[in-house]
Amino acid sequence: MGELPSVELSPAAARAVEATLGAGASAAEAYASRDTGREVRVHGGEVESLTAATQTGIGIRAWDGHRVGYAYGTDLSDAGVAALAARAAEMAAAADEDEFAAPPAPAEIEALSGLDSPSVAEWNAGQVAELALAVERTALAADPRVAGVETAVYADSTEQVAIASSTGIAASYEASNCFAYLQALAEGDGGRETGLGFGLARGPEDLDPEAIGAEGAERAVAMIGAGKPASRSCPVVLDPTVAASFAGLIGGALGARAVQRGRSPFAGRLGDEVASTSFALHDDGRDPAGAASAPFDGEGVPRRRTALIEGGALRTYLYDTYTANREGTSSTGSAARSGYRSLPSVSASNLIVAAGDLSTEELLAQAGDGVFVTDVAGLHSGVNPVTGVFSVGASGRTIRDGTLAEPVREFTIAGELVAMLRAVVAAGSETRWVPFGGSVQTPPLLVSELSVSGT
Amino acid sequence: MTELLDQEVAARVLSRALANGGRFAEVFAERRGGMSLAIDESRIESVQSGAEEGAGVRVVDGATTYFAHVDGLEPAELERAADEAASALRAGRTEPRPLTARPVTPVPIEVAPEDVPAARKAELLRELDQRGRAMGGEIAQLTASYAEARRVVTIANSEGLFTGDDRTRTRIGVQTVARRGDKVETGAETLGAHRGFELLENDAGLIAEQAAKKALTLLDSRPAPSGSMPVVVGGGFGGVLFHEMTGHGLEIDHIHKGASVYIGKLGEMVAQPLLNAYDDGRLPNEWGSDAIDDEGQPTQQTKVIEDGRLISYLYDHLGAEKDGVASTGNGRRESFRDLPIPRMTNTYIAPGESTPAAMIEEVKNGFYAVSFGGGQVDPATGDFVFGVSEGYLIEDGKVTAPCTGATLIGNCLDALAAIDAVGDDFFMKTGMCGKGGQKVPVGTGQGHVRVGKMTVGGTQL
Repeated sequence: MGELPSVELSPAAARAVEATLGAGASAAEAYASRDTGREVRVHGGEVESLTAATQTGIGIRAWDGHRVGYAYGTDLSDAGVAALAARAAEMAAAADEDEFAAPPAPAEIEALSGLDSPSVAEWNAGQVAELALAVERTALAADPRVAGVETAVYADSTEQVAIASSTGIAASYEASNCFAYLQALAEGDGGRETGLGFGLARGPEDLDPEAIGAEGAERAVAMIGAGKPASRSCPVVLDPTVAASFAGLIGGALGARAVQRGRSPFAGRLGDEVASTSFALHDDGRDPAGAASAPFDGEGVPRRRTALIEGGALRTYLYDTYTANREGTSSTGSAARSGYRSLPSVSASNLIVAAGDLSTEELLAQAGDGVFVTDVAGLHSGVNPVTGVFSVGASGRTIRDGTLAEPVREFTIAGELVAMLRAVVAAGSETRWVPFGGSVQTPPLLVSELSVSGT
Repeated sequence: MTELLDQEVAARVLSRALANGGRFAEVFAERRGGMSLAIDESRIESVQSGAEEGAGVRVVDGATTYFAHVDGLEPAELERAADEAASALRAGRTEPRPLTARPVTPVPIEVAPEDVPAARKAELLRELDQRGRAMGGEIAQLTASYAEARRVVTIANSEGLFTGDDRTRTRIGVQTVARRGDKVETGAETLGAHRGFELLENDAGLIAEQAAKKALTLLDSRPAPSGSMPVVVGGGFGGVLFHEMTGHGLEIDHIHKGASVYIGKLGEMVAQPLLNAYDDGRLPNEWGSDAIDDEGQPTQQTKVIEDGRLISYLYDHLGAEKDGVASTGNGRRESFRDLPIPRMTNTYIAPGESTPAAMIEEVKNGFYAVSFGGGQVDPATGDFVFGVSEGYLIEDGKVTAPCTGATLIGNCLDALAAIDAVGDDFFMKTGMCGKGGQKVPVGTGQGHVRVGKMTVGGTQL
């Protein structure tokens, strides 16, 4: 809202640490954040809603020896912080001892530039509304079969974060992100189809509304007349939006917490061959182009780049301080938070799937006969993160004689995550940042065999 | 009733919200708090508590809604939010109607969870842990969680409404992992309600045994079949099927945007005459029930399908205004930081006359889906999926081998019309439904339901 913050976050975090120690905790950490954002939704050439908002809050972790408790709230006044501090200490008393529970020691944090864009503040509501309207207009004009746009949205946010701890961590950063997307509707052959187009950037000046609108229209129109494919086992090409969803699942299963507790298909497989050599995966918390990048993670540990799967072998898991303590190793800077409301927990930052040499056309040619999957649905219910077994809804195009043929929908692709990684026979050369599965940069992937269920 | 704002403050905020014109303004104030904890590796952890306060102000002008939200309930902050929401308008002042307080009787809570010591909640989780693990040595992992949440809301709008509600929800969940050699399977069960701690005082530990049994059963499973076949869907959370394939498509925003397969179907037969279905935000103490929706409209029972005929959509305030009908009390929001949108409350297929045993017996070869992870739908195309966590083959009318790794997939209108039997064994289960980035608690329910033909997406051809 363009006003100066009424509460400085770093002093508030420092006060919270003091108050928590004062409440009897043996160690304390406070994470304060302020998120200033806006969202414009347009429909039918008009602004449907315009939202402007700021949210500020603080989350306090209190240790009572090896017991941990957490409390969060929106009241950053002295009295509010004192009440939260007492509450965090009270929560710790209800937890059981865990010898590995301890706050991280401070480490040198290297500054990271390129996390914000002046255009977020410079563009007014009218300008960003025009951007969303341009997205919608482009889609409607792209093809006569585009019957409408369900929603076109522009949103941005600027997040300020400050962290402080009784072990001496004191750090802060600011980052901005914006995105625009639409869901286009196409009609033909007696049916209605939808198509998603999207773009991500640090600021609105780096978004291309025409490209976003055109993508939504193209995806929707391409699905007109889709039927069900025959049930079979066949080569499948995953487009980057779909590959990203799977990369996100794999990144999640590589978190040390799930691994240590025997709830990951990658448990006990360090050093093993878990993928073909065509599939390489990194976590990079410092890539300036990645939406999840930051100088430090959710508990003040420096973010870094970590090779997860390389040369087909599983190189390491992702660690936060707790899981690292448990194995006598170091945190990979992978403690994530979804704002001040959440305890830090192990999670990937930006996942990077390595590009290969083949254009998308060459990938399809290599697939020969199979399915090009452009959308998946039901990942939260169709994937078992413990066993890696999955069956998810899908839609896309038939691949026949190495080129794209008729559209297909209402089918599932099913398999097991590690088996799928071993069956990746080629990665495409054209990568893209995708906001599904977290923050993921990935090319399309050719999987030699997956089960397709249709008719 | 706790009022978060004085009536005078609310009136002043609404007046400022309409200072530059607009036909409708609303202030939604909320105090939300909760506590949760978990047990993992038989150790109590993740003990946490939250307390947030804030308000959202919206102004509607023509087809546009302007919305601003702030943390805290200081009158000056609320007025700032009103000014922010009004800042894009350029017309003359609109006068809001004088406010009239409308009393509400919240859903009754017997034992306020915040009055129960944390140690008692920890003890409950230890009981879940012990009872689940006692089901067999093959239970390798068990995690359980407890969560309580309270939302006190005050809602005022420029049509003169001044009302509020006080909502407490309690929920526990158990996830188990069973292991036999290299074979690993999982099971889950939940128990939740718009109730206080009394929900958990009557053998809540049973769900741990149920979750453990699911994982143990699946140790003998084979990969799920693949292809089109008759499917018998179990009761309770099986209602997710109706939630996905019909409920979402009846939400009026999808209808108004041309993005639902149910457009133009009002008054038409969309199912066989044996099907009756409801959305009901007033089911006593049910997970998706509230006394009023998040726009202050009393919740109600809305019959959406009568003897196979579609008879109503689900409306929020603005959607109802556009169609010239009354809101059905389905305007819901996750918090004061969100705009209300049309959402389901408790959605269910009413009990039918078949027995589950007869429904299965009549199937030559098919699939029996008992437990579900959840589902997803694209209301515009009608394509939906529905993840099965526990399923069985039906062979010659008998339930045989357990299966894992199946997702059911179909198209709404086809699958709804293909329901050819509804069971008499009705019950409700709890879920969290996501839409437009907002999660709200919803109930789903049904007895056993049989779909004549549906695609089962497994790996065995």
